[in-house]
Amino acid sequence: MTTATRPGVRARAAITARTLRTDRWWLAPLITFLGLTAWVTYATVRVFMHKWFYVEAYHYLTPFYSPCLTDRCGDAAEFGTPLPNFWLIPEASLTLPFLLLFRLTCYYYRKAYYRAFWLSPPACAVPDRHEKYSGETRFPLVFQNAHRYAFYAAAIISVINTWDAIRAQATGLGLGNVILWVNVIMLWAYTLSCHSCRHIAGGRLKHFSKHPVRYRFWTFVSKLNTRHMLLAWVTLGTLALTDFYIMALSADWISDLRLIG
Amino acid sequence: MKRHFRVWRGDSSGGDLEDFDVEVNEGEVVLDVIHRLQATQTPDLACRWNCKAGKCGSCSMEINGMPRLGCMTRMSTFTADETVTITPLRTFPVIRDLVTDVSFNYEKARETPAFAPPAGVAPGEYRMQQVDVERSQEFRKCIECFLCQNTCHVVRDHEENKEAFAGPRFFIRAAELDMHPLDARTDRKQHAQQGQGLGFCNITKCCTEVCPEHIKITDNAIIPMKERVVDRRYDPLVRLGRKIFRRDQLEAAGESVPRATPATAETPSGRRLPESPALGPDGRLDIAELSAPIQGGPSPFGEDITFPLPPERVTYHHPDPS
Ligand code: SF4
Ligand code: SF4
Ligand code: FES
Ligand code: FES
Repeated sequence: MTTATRPGVRARAAITARTLRTDRWWLAPLITFLGLTAWVTYATVRVFMHKWFYVEAYHYLTPFYSPCLTDRCGDAAEFGTPLPNFWLIPEASLTLPFLLLFRLTCYYYRKAYYRAFWLSPPACAVPDRHEKYSGETRFPLVFQNAHRYAFYAAAIISVINTWDAIRAQATGLGLGNVILWVNVIMLWAYTLSCHSCRHIAGGRLKHFSKHPVRYRFWTFVSKLNTRHMLLAWVTLGTLALTDFYIMALSADWISDLRLIG
Repeated sequence: MKRHFRVWRGDSSGGDLEDFDVEVNEGEVVLDVIHRLQATQTPDLACRWNCKAGKCGSCSMEINGMPRLGCMTRMSTFTADETVTITPLRTFPVIRDLVTDVSFNYEKARETPAFAPPAGVAPGEYRMQQVDVERSQEFRKCIECFLCQNTCHVVRDHEENKEAFAGPRFFIRAAELDMHPLDARTDRKQHAQQGQGLGFCNITKCCTEVCPEHIKITDNAIIPMKERVVDRRYDPLVRLGRKIFRRDQLEAAGESVPRATPATAETPSGRRLPESPALGPDGRLDIAELSAPIQGGPSPFGEDITFPLPPERVTYHHPDPS
């Protein structure tokens, strides 16, 4: 006899252990926690350092200070210097908040920090230990749905980063140029692999056959999209590396490896 | 070789893990071990299974704490001295031993509006392009094992959310129909958000991790559905446009569900149309065959037909061989 229902008592199986998982389920959230904390710490320190962000000789500008908008920028200021010199104001005050918002509302990073920081849940089939749970239905998390706007902003900022790489091309070719280009290409790949981008590109359509061009764009974005998590981490790496290399050059710790010129 | 197992035994009034040493041969899966247990030590151990091929979705259980199919978990994935712990699904009420009452899922299935046929196209005349149905087809692979429903922390850790939250299996159903090129309903996004509680999902992807059919539940169904809801609900530009052009009222008017083709419509062969199965007195399908007037699933041909049909009622004509 099979039946899906059983009238009356409806209790779950009484299992005392919170989780019976025997693998190292805590490893992935732990690595995420350490990785994100380390990166955010590094980025915060760098953004408020207000020095070593530009290499005059080769026009290398770190992405953390782009576009540079205060008087400290000197030659690096491509878009004027409307912002005052105050230690609390980062050189790139107009773009950093949007980039932060973009990564904060990113579907991948949401998964990463909900699991690693908020422990909701820390891993699959491991209890989340929160009294109440309303997900993304209420303030403030309902604003995660604005991710699309952060994506538009990030796409514009990627153009600015591309401009930085082109401008650095003015004098010959060095390792710094290569690093800047790799960073920009990875940033584009990350930005275009965004789930909102996938939706805008064609995911929202009901009939792909009526929109062949958008269908091809959607297919392209979908391929990138399966690597979104990888790209999210790769871009954290390339951003930090680019910034560190330019800091090291600017502080005269090392000198640029010149390939041409 | 004998291996050590712990199996949860009991019912809704309580239970505990019991220890067993069971013979395991090469190439066996966890379900084989349970069958051996039933054959040797515990003839009354309750467990659901059917196909032993990962296709019926009956043998869902938790093996070493991870929700998995018993028939698809090879013993070779554990080391020889490892204790294997087998428990019933935790999210649903237990009936006995490894069998749980999964009617939560059938209730949620009933609440999901079915495919709405397009107006003016008779069954049998649906034509679609492969690129248009491709996305929906991925979700048809679902075998309804409910491992995703069981893993989802929204209901697993918060029983009180069961009322408002339909779960990943029904989000892929919603996405399947919303992306379907011929589905005539236009209110699926509202339903996903308000009726199914899509907002409760925080896209932590556990459903995708456990799905034995490797359906990309989060990436291909939940996130696209969230984006579609944003189109309607949160995108201020879209909403403003709606207000200005009064499109909201137009859409509201068009949102009534078109009725299925009236019963008088003719099929290509000019004979009888497929009929929907009989509904219960509450206007819904029966969820358990026990309470249905006849045993077995409702027949798509109507309950008044017996097979084989008398030759004069057969609508199939063999092509003339000449
Ligand atoms: S991604 Fe959403 S639906 Fe899937 S398990 Fe996580 S919270 Fe549940
Ligand atoms: S979506 Fe996957 S995990 Fe969920 S019920 Fe279907 S087959 Fe099972
Ligand atoms: S950037 Fe990650 S989803 Fe948009
Ligand atoms: S017995 Fe059918 S899926 Fe395992």
